[in-house]
Amino acid sequence: MLYDVIIIGAGVTGSAVARELSRYKLNVCVLEKYEDVCCGTSKANSAIVHAGFDAAEGSLMAKMNVRGNVMMGDLARDLDIPFKRNGALVVCIHEEAKDGLQELYDRGIANGVKELRILNREECLEMEPNLSDNVVAALYAPTSGIICPFELNIAMAENAAMNGVDFFFNTEVEELHRDGEIWKLRTNNGEYKTRYVVNAAGLYADYFHNMVSAKKIHITPRRGDYCLLDKEVGGHVSCTIFPQPTKLGKGVLVSPTIHGNLIVGPTAVDIENKEGVNTTAAGIADLIAKANDHVRNLPIRKVITSFAGLRAHEDHHEFILGEVEDAPHFIDCAGIESPGLTSSPAIGEYIGGLMKDLMGLEEKEDWIATRKGVLHPGDLSLEERNELIKKNPAYGNIICRCEYVTEGEILDAIHRPLGARSLDGIKRRTRAGMGRCQAGFCTPRSMEILNRELGIPYEKLTKLGGRSTLLTGKSKEVEKE
Amino acid sequence: MKSYDIVIVGGGPAGLAAAVSARESGIESILILERDNELGGILNQCIHNGFGLHTFKEELTGPEYAYRFIEKVYELGIEYKLHTMVMDISHDKIVTAMNRTDGMFQIQAGAVILAMGCRERPRGALNIPGYRPAGIYSAGTAQRLVNIEGYMPGHEVVILGSGDIGLIMARRMTLEGATVKVVAELMPYSGGLKRNIVQCLDDFGIPLKLSHTVVDIEGRERVKAVTIARVENGKPVPGTEERYTCDTLLLSCGLIPENELSRSAGVEMSPITNGPVVNESLETNIPGVFACGNVLHVHDLVDYVSEEARKAGANAARYIKDGCKDAEAGQVIEIAATDGARYTVPSTINLDRMEDLLTVRFRVGAVYQNAFVSVYFDDERVQHRKKKIMAPGEMEQVILQKKKLAEHDGLKKITIKIEAE
Amino acid sequence: MEKRNLTCIGCPMGCQITVEFEGEEILSVKGNTCAIGDKYARNEVLHPERTVTSTVYISGGKLPRVPCKTASNIPKDKIFECMKVINHAAVKAPVKIGDVLVEDVAGTGVNVVATRNVEAV
Repeated sequence: MLYDVIIIGAGVTGSAVARELSRYKLNVCVLEKYEDVCCGTSKANSAIVHAGFDAAEGSLMAKMNVRGNVMMGDLARDLDIPFKRNGALVVCIHEEAKDGLQELYDRGIANGVKELRILNREECLEMEPNLSDNVVAALYAPTSGIICPFELNIAMAENAAMNGVDFFFNTEVEELHRDGEIWKLRTNNGEYKTRYVVNAAGLYADYFHNMVSAKKIHITPRRGDYCLLDKEVGGHVSCTIFPQPTKLGKGVLVSPTIHGNLIVGPTAVDIENKEGVNTTAAGIADLIAKANDHVRNLPIRKVITSFAGLRAHEDHHEFILGEVEDAPHFIDCAGIESPGLTSSPAIGEYIGGLMKDLMGLEEKEDWIATRKGVLHPGDLSLEERNELIKKNPAYGNIICRCEYVTEGEILDAIHRPLGARSLDGIKRRTRAGMGRCQAGFCTPRSMEILNRELGIPYEKLTKLGGRSTLLTGKSKEVEKE
Repeated sequence: MKSYDIVIVGGGPAGLAAAVSARESGIESILILERDNELGGILNQCIHNGFGLHTFKEELTGPEYAYRFIEKVYELGIEYKLHTMVMDISHDKIVTAMNRTDGMFQIQAGAVILAMGCRERPRGALNIPGYRPAGIYSAGTAQRLVNIEGYMPGHEVVILGSGDIGLIMARRMTLEGATVKVVAELMPYSGGLKRNIVQCLDDFGIPLKLSHTVVDIEGRERVKAVTIARVENGKPVPGTEERYTCDTLLLSCGLIPENELSRSAGVEMSPITNGPVVNESLETNIPGVFACGNVLHVHDLVDYVSEEARKAGANAARYIKDGCKDAEAGQVIEIAATDGARYTVPSTINLDRMEDLLTVRFRVGAVYQNAFVSVYFDDERVQHRKKKIMAPGEMEQVILQKKKLAEHDGLKKITIKIEAE
Repeated sequence: MEKRNLTCIGCPMGCQITVEFEGEEILSVKGNTCAIGDKYARNEVLHPERTVTSTVYISGGKLPRVPCKTASNIPKDKIFECMKVINHAAVKAPVKIGDVLVEDVAGTGVNVVATRNVEAV
């Protein structure tokens, strides 16, 4: 079959583009090398909806960031995902660095960021009593927000799927070339053909770009380590606390998450390995030290997990969006590093508009703009909850006891479009296993549900697809005989 | 709203013993709420032997030990609900719980006994660097998979932490055909029982590396190798790294009392035990809310859990029968742990409510050889007992006589210390 | 004369015991604090024994495995032979605590018995 558009990558960018393209009368598919959406850079980041004062004035990055921030409120409502504008403080702790705040402020205004203010020391401490004693002043950005990156990514992909976009997982593009008017993509699952290609391959966007263009680009994996802290201390700060930015990025932030944990990170280390998502002792020590510069009494002992993410850092620190000059019908979404999560809806919109003009697209009459998320019984009243359990007893059965996730939610996550097929898939959709015991208790139970519902044999169940099998076999010789 | 005299949260060894004891003390209206699909708690997966030497004077396996109590619960006709998760306990003892058949429901309890047990410290809380692939399990999760579900989590295993579950799993995995390459322990001593070191490691030639920790985990999808290194002053020593190829890392790095419900009910917690602060009746700061077993403080032997839970059950029964007696009325004596003793359970004694003999349990913070356990009544040393060996992995106890406390005029504070001589 | 250092497992004390022996004759036992220690040390040097606990495959039951133990100690050097038999054994539910699952395991004269009830489904 010949597709009109093939999108490489089901991260937050690819999914946003897929959703935008699903508005039109088009055959679109997404090829994803992992087993699920949201498996690369999209799943391991700060989960912040940035206000937009960081990026250089006039850059695509600034434009997408500010537009994405503005769009996020309506989008979150349409896609039924939690989002909160908790505000951000860029904290200055050295008198002599105060000018930097003014610079940020000015840049923010130039970028079109609303409601920015510079606060003095007293105002800062009144707002955030746990700021370091050394705080001198801060830039306050009330439009900054927090979101769940998994839910944003999943929701956009699900919505695209509802509107007819095909998703093929475990499908890795190995090579692509243009044959007449058609792009041919060789994958581990055979050849795919399309008129247009959207390159949303994250860390690998340079690989595909360079395959088709003489004008090379280069993306460096920039690793960031994070610590996630128990909900017990999620209220340590209420805004997202940033240090003043440096060349390497926005620095180590301390922020509540949308689900009430506290997140601390990231570090910034340029590496070679595009799969190098390992944390390091040095990295964790570094981020703890840095976070302590700006926030006092950081309850780091309450850490429940640490992880690392890779930003797709392009050499010029700018988003590359649009048709590649010497490769017709090949559209780049490359160099999408922070603020990529924030920008994703805007990138989707931008690419959607671009392709509409390029391809002369016609909108569908029956496009569905909204999607319902996994039902959370915790949000219901006692009566509503009992009504629900009466109808579906699975909602009365707690599987994850840390996050109080019921079997009903897990079944929902498995059986919805692009449903979960692994432990991490369940985790990202329901939070089962995301709590303080880190899946110690719910792992065997979630395995049982995956086995029962999808007929995946126990020995083939995985944590995150591929070869990440959870078990090596049964325990007794006699059962193998 | 339904009401019960005593609601017991948790149907493991502590909850079962508390229920039996409360019934034997004459309370009819008792309800046990258990989140798993059967009574017995973690004992059901602890299929090794070594339980019950104190309680039953014979060596039982975990399921056998549990069944002795489960049988009693059946015989006595004590009510229980399985698959039932307690969602909340309020300060005025309204228990909110949920299951598939009853939905979400509330119960007014006369007294509540907290018996939720503990959970294992996960990898994340240890900040172990490296990748996050499949094949990393807490020892208890692996134990459940192997012993109850009949699955092998891996073939080549490295274990971090020499807590008892880790040691037991080293043997279990070996017996089931896996190779356990090494057990690394951060501390300079093992947190596990001697018997387990001998019978689970030495018997199979599994090396125990003290003062070692995991410094790297390789493998993006499934564990491929684990690197351990020697630790000095809490820091890995560069150059001492040893890499073990393996497909599985099991963690046995400590247990954390599961007190989220207690905290939200407003129960005062000890930062040392991570369990409730209790008085001589094992009652928390909320009158009529009692705690026992691993939710109160992590025990070494289940026999002591049962003993403690029996007391909690009897005290809850007395609370129901005699009505709420003010714990603050009368002479309240504080118990302090210093000089090597880390904490005590209980931490206060109301002399009026104290029984003739009271067992005070505690743990030491380091290994002591030929040291003395001393008890001071205010400034006077009243007990001085030499012990050949004391280690953090094992619980210690002193027994206080009510008579002696009463004789000591105006006694304010009892101090338990470890002394060299 | 031979010398062995043992950790006593009789109780959580874990006494460090030193045994001096020659062939089948125990010359001295030192370091124990009670009679259990003395007995343990003598046995451990001359005839070490263990209880083996594991699981047996069960069909038609509420659980896929029934936990089991050797009804008494078996010689330590028979552990793996015993496990081989246990790993190949299969029983049918229902099973009650104490039911014999394997008779005379690995020629030790000791039975393997169930340590929990498993109801049939």
